[in-house]
Order: sequence, then structure tokens, then C-alpha cells
Amino acid sequence: MQALVIAAHGSHLNPDASDPTYAHADTIRETGAFDEVREAFWKEEPHFREVIRTLESDEVFVVPLFISEGYFTEQVIPRELRLDDWDPDKWESDGTSASQATLEAEDVGKTIHYCGPVGTHDAMTDVIVQRAETATGDPDVGDGVGLSVVGHGTDRNENSAKAIEYHSDCIAERDRFDEVKALFMDEEPEVDDVTDYFESDDIVVVPLFIADGYHTQEDIPEDMGLTEDYRLGWDVPSEVDGHRIWYTGAVGTEDLMADVVLERAADAGADIGDAREAVRELAASVAEPEPNAGAGAGD
Amino acid sequence: MTVATDDLEALVERASAGVSVDGLRLEEGDDGYRLATPADEWTGLTEDELRDALEANGEYVTNWRYWQETVGGAGTARRAFLRWCERAPLADAEDETASAPWTGDDGPAALAVPDRYDALRDGIDREWGQLAITARFVDVDDPDGERVYDLWHVDDDADLADLEIHDDPRDAREIATYDADGRYRPLKTAPTLPGGWAFTGLSGDDLVETVEFFYPATVANWHRELRGNLDVDHWLETAERQTGIYDVIDELPREAVAWMAEACCVDSQCLRRREWEYEAGDDLDADGGDGPFPCREPCSLVVAAARKWTTLESEEEHTYELELTTSEINQLTELIDAVAEGRTDEIREADVYDGANRYRARYLRAKRFDDEGELEATEVDD
Repeated sequence: MQALVIAAHGSHLNPDASDPTYAHADTIRETGAFDEVREAFWKEEPHFREVIRTLESDEVFVVPLFISEGYFTEQVIPRELRLDDWDPDKWESDGTSASQATLEAEDVGKTIHYCGPVGTHDAMTDVIVQRAETATGDPDVGDGVGLSVVGHGTDRNENSAKAIEYHSDCIAERDRFDEVKALFMDEEPEVDDVTDYFESDDIVVVPLFIADGYHTQEDIPEDMGLTEDYRLGWDVPSEVDGHRIWYTGAVGTEDLMADVVLERAADAGADIGDAREAVRELAASVAEPEPNAGAGAGD
Repeated sequence: MTVATDDLEALVERASAGVSVDGLRLEEGDDGYRLATPADEWTGLTEDELRDALEANGEYVTNWRYWQETVGGAGTARRAFLRWCERAPLADAEDETASAPWTGDDGPAALAVPDRYDALRDGIDREWGQLAITARFVDVDDPDGERVYDLWHVDDDADLADLEIHDDPRDAREIATYDADGRYRPLKTAPTLPGGWAFTGLSGDDLVETVEFFYPATVANWHRELRGNLDVDHWLETAERQTGIYDVIDELPREAVAWMAEACCVDSQCLRRREWEYEAGDDLDADGGDGPFPCREPCSLVVAAARKWTTLESEEEHTYELELTTSEINQLTELIDAVAEGRTDEIREADVYDGANRYRARYLRAKRFDDEGELEATEVDD
């Protein structure tokens, strides 16, 4: 038997924080690729601390639903899962290349394949592009359009920006969008000045966040000048300084994220059969235009 | 009692490996089959004689089929929980070490197969926190041993027709997210689960999954406690393990940890029974509560709150001078108590005899607060 655990942050205050985790877990449940699929959280239940013992499978694939390699993926999750032999060096990562490490959870004696976070997987690049497609309602979006991948950024952890820059570079190499730029909330270059960085009239802004919340639904829309007050909502697209900004919130809510979770587990040796194809078909079928997705988003 | 031919054949096939479930014992020896139930014993049976004897003991055959073929999972928490649901002895053949959780004074006794089969026709009711669970036969008139489970809120004794019916375990996540007033429930074991819903006709696997969405990890930890291997992380272990913004919480004074346990880890706030102490051999004075689920380490809410209290407890105490009447200082007591007990919503609009009444509180504020909206108090220097 094999189990999948999707490890996410969750929230004591905001019930929506866990929505993407549940949604992607459910998508993967539908594929039947794993005997057991479980959500686990730092701030909700089941807590990281207790999740492994709720499983009957001996082989457990843990995929962190986090954007970057850093504090949570390198310290908190392995510690709370009781992966005693864990050491960040086991990932042999430069900050965006973690794949997996095989360890034992000390309290249950099960084999744990501890995977790198979804945010740094190559397949995440596709999700960002798909987000641009769903934001604009245009499956061919790219020509004459600038794309900005937006991250939190922090001076405390250099890996935080690496993931954002990595995907920006990957998308730029595809030559699909006229311009691609990595921007941040808490470090330079800042998302507040988004229009300064683009010549294109149309700019798609994709925040590389797992869940919609304070940053993606309040801070960023106000900082970019999409709205005076997030509670009033904003239009998609919104006019800012002569540019049209297409913004629809956290990329982590995109249906194709379930595919990234599956890829992480498959890279670590999980037998997922044709689950990826099933998820990709499902994601494509629901990737329809959302003309007013941003309007009233803060209601 | 219906004994399906397939069940009978499957059981006879297993005889060579030996079968032992719920008092049914079957084995194949050199001198034929040996079959035993708690009431009877047969030896030296031919295969035909064995079939006849099994036909006559159909309850044991279908019971075997349900537990060994449908449920399976020898030694798992899932199996133990489903057996608990129908008051079956937990110490079945694969798990001799388990002791029944109802061996205490207050639980109902375990039932042997014939009594359980009678009871399953009417349904066997158990409670798991705020969940009422009924185990029953799918086919009550002609039971084939297949069980299903119903689940609803313990306070909902209403007609099923008045409840919203669900059959997908995942719906439990949604139900458990908000309390009856629509407020978010970050603590799943808070005694605030709303009612008005029912899951009916769940399979055993679906029942366990549903219960786990309502009360995550409670089945696993209950099972560990039952088997005597619940691993408890006491306060200091948990606190010292923390990093980042929670790194400080191991500095929370011991007496403050006790106040915290008294504030958070009591039956009125959580259905878990606190098993963790300050550290091994150093128990907190605060009572751990009588909750049905063992709590094996401080939860994330307690850890987050401890950070705040660590900061607050690092402050120095001062002496303040302020003017209050005796009734006004009593009123402060009433206000704090009403908020701490979550009672403010219950205080009637015009009940000015309650110190925590909103108009009484507003009057006190109007009289005793200064222009900055703060209590007029002067710090008295030593």
C-alpha cells in the first residue's frame, strides 16, 4: 500500500487557507493512484505531528504544498514528522532542485519519501502559464502580453526569491510572453511598481502563493493600484497607468497544481499509473474563462 | 440467516490455514475438520459435515466474512474502531494484546456474536465525542452479515427527515469548519460541532474516514492508548522542540503553563483529555479533563497562544491606583468571567442586574475611561 500526504500550512484564523490543499487532495483521491490520501497541516488538523500514524500504508509520500525550500520544508515539517535522520543536505539542492529523501518516521516505523515542495518543481512553470490562460480566458495568451510572477520575498531566506526567479526564467526561455519579470512584496523589485517594469499594454500578474488570503486578496491588489480598498474588489483586467492588469490571485488554487503534487510523488518513486493524464484532462476541462473572477474577491 | 454459498466455500478453503474470529475456530487436521463456537464443538468432520455444521451456525460464518474479508486490517486502528462501534471484543485473534476500552465502570460490556447479531438488527449506538454512531445490518429482515453505519450529532434526536443527508465522507470537512454561529473552528475537537446533518449507510471504511475528518487522528491515538503505547510529549519537550517565532515558548514559567492548561485544556473548550504534563514526573495541578480522546501533546493552538503568554509573562508587575466603587470592581470580575465562559451572547439586552450586560459595560466605560478611551489608572512607583 502507498499513501500520499499533502503537507500544508493552514490557518487558525482563516478557514479558506486549507481550501487548495483539500481541493488538490480530492482531485488525487479521484484518480485512485494512492490507497490513502491525507491532508496535514502546521496550523490545522491533522497536524504534521499526528498524520503518519493515521495511515495504514507502509510507503508514504509526503509532498509539501509550499512554494519554496526553506524554513518549513527544511526544518518544521521533517521535525514534526519525526524524520530523525533528516538533514537538508539529503536533498542535495541548490535552493530549487530538491527532489526527495527516503527516511523513516520514528514513531511508526514507516518509510517516508520526503519530497521537495511543489513550488520549485519544473511542472510548476506550466501551472503559472495555465494561470495566465485562466486569468485572461485566452488559451493562447502570450503575444503582446507581459507576465509577472510575484513572490513574497524576504531577506531572511534567499530561497524564497529563488523559486520565483527560477520559474520566471523558465517561462522567459519559452518565448511565449513578450516580457517576463519576477517581482516581490518585501524586496526589490517590488510589485507596487509593476507597470514600471513592462512595456506591454497587457500584464498578467500571477502570485506564486499556495492559498488566497491576506497577501493575494488584500495586499497585492491594493499595492498594485487595482483597487483603493480590497473590500470593493477589482476588475479583471484593471486599468493602471495605461496598462491592463490581469490578476486573479494565488496560483496554488489552480487545478493543475494536483498534477505537480503527483509529479513530486512520482519522482520519489510512487506508482501513479495514468493519474497524471487524468488530472491534466480534468484541469483542462475546467480551465475556462473567469471574466469577473477578481471582482468582489474581497467580499 | 442467509449464508451465501461463496462465503461458505471461502471459509472452508481457509480451514487448512486455520480460522479464529469472535469465538469461531476452524482448522483442518489429519482426522478431518475441527470446528468450534462458544456453544459447541465438532471434531473429525468430513467436508460435507463441516458444511452442514457451518450452515447451522450461519451467524458465525457471515460474521467471519464481514470481519476477515470486508473489513480486514488485522491489528489496525480502523478495525479496532469498527469493532468498538458494535461492541465486539477488541481482542480478536490477530490482536490478543488489546484490552476493551469499556472495561471501566461506565462502558457497556462487549457482546458475543449471537447477542451482537440481535442488537445489530435494531442498531448499536455509540458516541464518539459529539458524534452519534449507529452500526446496523444492511438487511435487517434477512441479514447477510454486511454492516453499515449512520452518523449524526449527538444532540440531534430529530427525525432523519429534518436532517441534511450526506454520504460522502469529505462533506464532514465542510460541516466541521464552522460552528452553529458560523464562526471558524480551528480546533476540531472543540465541543462546538454544529448539528442538522446525518451520514447514512456508510461502509466501514467510509465511516472511519468521516470520523477522521471530524476528529483527525483521534482513532489512531485512541487505539494506541488502548494498546498501552500512546506516546506522550510533555510541555517542555514540545516547547523546546519549537523554532522560529515559537522558539521562546519554553521560557513560559511553569505556573503560567498550568494557567494555560486551565484556560485551554478543559472539557468546556476541548473534547480531548490532556495526558501531557509539564514534564515527565512533574504534573500540572490543572485537571486534564474527562474528554474521550487522549491528547498526547500541546496542540498548535496552545503553542501559538503560549507565544503570546510568554511575551505577556515577561512583563514586570506594577501597582496601579484607580477609583472604583465596590460594585464596579465586582463588575470587572463579572465581565472577565462572562467573556471567559463565552456567556456574553446569553446576557439579555435589558438584564442590567448582570455586571457583564452590555449597557452596564458601556456605562462603566463612560464613567471610568479617559479621553483616550483607557481606564483612568495611575501607576504607583515603588
